[in-house]
Amino acid sequence: MNLQFVVDGLLAGSMIGLGAIGVTLTYSILRFSNFAHGDFMAWGAYATLAVVGAIGAMFGKIAPIAPLSFGWPLIAALIIGMAVTGLLALALDLVLFARLRAKGQAIIVVMASFGASMALRSLLEFIFTSRPTYFSRAIQIAMPVGFGIRITPDQIALLLLTAVLVLGVHLLMTRTQTGRSMQALSQNAALARIVGIDVAKVVRVTWLISAALACVAGVMIGILIQIRPFMGFEMLLPMFAAAILGGIGSVPGAVLGGVIIGMAEAGAVQLIGAEWRAAVSFVILMAVLFVRPVGLFGVRER
Amino acid sequence: MSQRVLDVRDLEAGYEPGVPIVRGASITVDKGEIVVVLGPNGAGKSSLIKAIAGLVPITGGTVLLDGKDITASPAHTMVRLGLAFVPQTENIFPLMSVEDNLRVACGILRPREVPARIEEMYAVFPDLARQRRTAAGNLSGGQRQMLAVARALIVHPKVLVLDEPSAGLSPKFVSMVFEMLAGIRKSGVTILLVEQNAKAALAIGDRAYVLVEGKDRHQGIASELWNDPVVAELYLGQRRPDFGKGGAA
Repeated sequence: MNLQFVVDGLLAGSMIGLGAIGVTLTYSILRFSNFAHGDFMAWGAYATLAVVGAIGAMFGKIAPIAPLSFGWPLIAALIIGMAVTGLLALALDLVLFARLRAKGQAIIVVMASFGASMALRSLLEFIFTSRPTYFSRAIQIAMPVGFGIRITPDQIALLLLTAVLVLGVHLLMTRTQTGRSMQALSQNAALARIVGIDVAKVVRVTWLISAALACVAGVMIGILIQIRPFMGFEMLLPMFAAAILGGIGSVPGAVLGGVIIGMAEAGAVQLIGAEWRAAVSFVILMAVLFVRPVGLFGVRER
Repeated sequence: MSQRVLDVRDLEAGYEPGVPIVRGASITVDKGEIVVVLGPNGAGKSSLIKAIAGLVPITGGTVLLDGKDITASPAHTMVRLGLAFVPQTENIFPLMSVEDNLRVACGILRPREVPARIEEMYAVFPDLARQRRTAAGNLSGGQRQMLAVARALIVHPKVLVLDEPSAGLSPKFVSMVFEMLAGIRKSGVTILLVEQNAKAALAIGDRAYVLVEGKDRHQGIASELWNDPVVAELYLGQRRPDFGKGGAA
């Protein structure tokens, strides 16, 4: 077996993990499975692509930062794209989720997120067509790093970015008042209000973080694979599998779950063929639900 | 005359419109007092203080805190207004450490004050200091109540409102909790308390109200109420307002 699956798995795991953080946060704090989360990825990728295009139109062609395939326009566009995706999530919450949440039935919110997912995806197809597109068509040469593993400079940069973001979110959750408020809200919403936590504010922060990370994951997929309206929807199953495997509510769990699923998928491609790739997350999801439903870092509800 | 901290007038409140649980209750709490609200099961004691804390919709009447109208202020603003509430159950965040339980409640303090304030709470509750890294869900019942009370006190409230702090505790912890409340009052904190355990509550209280069917039907000096025939009558017929030797009903 070729060790290349380690790098491939880490990359897939980064994309899945960044998305799974948002899934796990919305599930534990807002108490519903957001099936539109994948479409935040796609929206983030397209928003970033649009900003890259706008920067190109304003400043002309800008050389990439060697040895990467992209330059500062993509970095600036990613930051703007994260903000746009965050605002999209806030807007969706304002017009849809918040109103349905007030009615107190989680299943209605879940179904609404299905509808939102389809609407968001169709809107992308309408604006950008369903034809795949790319941030860059330049081909990068993968460098051998030993043990039969090859990796491109883009891949190294994105793995580092993922590590920084995950560490940042983890520190935010555990070391700041905002993060403690998020934990408090996920553990006991009524008590959170009693101790003076403004629930509406924490909900907004949760959406912003979840959507911004989804945007980064979407852009990663865009850089390493391609951009399509369906790109996020196809990530839903692995993201939910990762969030559940890691334990709902746990940020490190979501990332570790993502890496495990990513590695398993990459390994399966080598062992049993690429057509079975998608089945892997499903099998893992089922196994977790049977064997340890609370996940790796999960704690049983008291 | 002492300063009036809490003034609840003709309060009406309930979860569903048209079905009030609290029906015109009036109570007052003066600075430095422990005021106890007693009453039979289902009298609306819990709903009364939850309504005061902004957790049950208020349909009529007013709540004044230090003369300021706080009627139906959102629950999360109560701490800033000076009212700290300790619910009867689920009053800690079980997966957070003892220290994070305290810290998360410090939102209205300046970040610079927080560490010193937490140490002050540890000085009052040494049991908590020894377990500061423990997940709060692993504390004993009595220690959980301590943590819940410490969490409420940490923001210097004008009034501390507690919903049956002795409920569900073993007799040993019940006396510990009441001793703790008596000690807190000595440090100058004003307390409003709902209790099933009438005897123990009256022993530490200054004044008490008897709530029946959502309305205050009787009041008096705590130490005198225990032998007051009206109280016995208001409780289930002629029975004594005590349901046992310590534990809540």
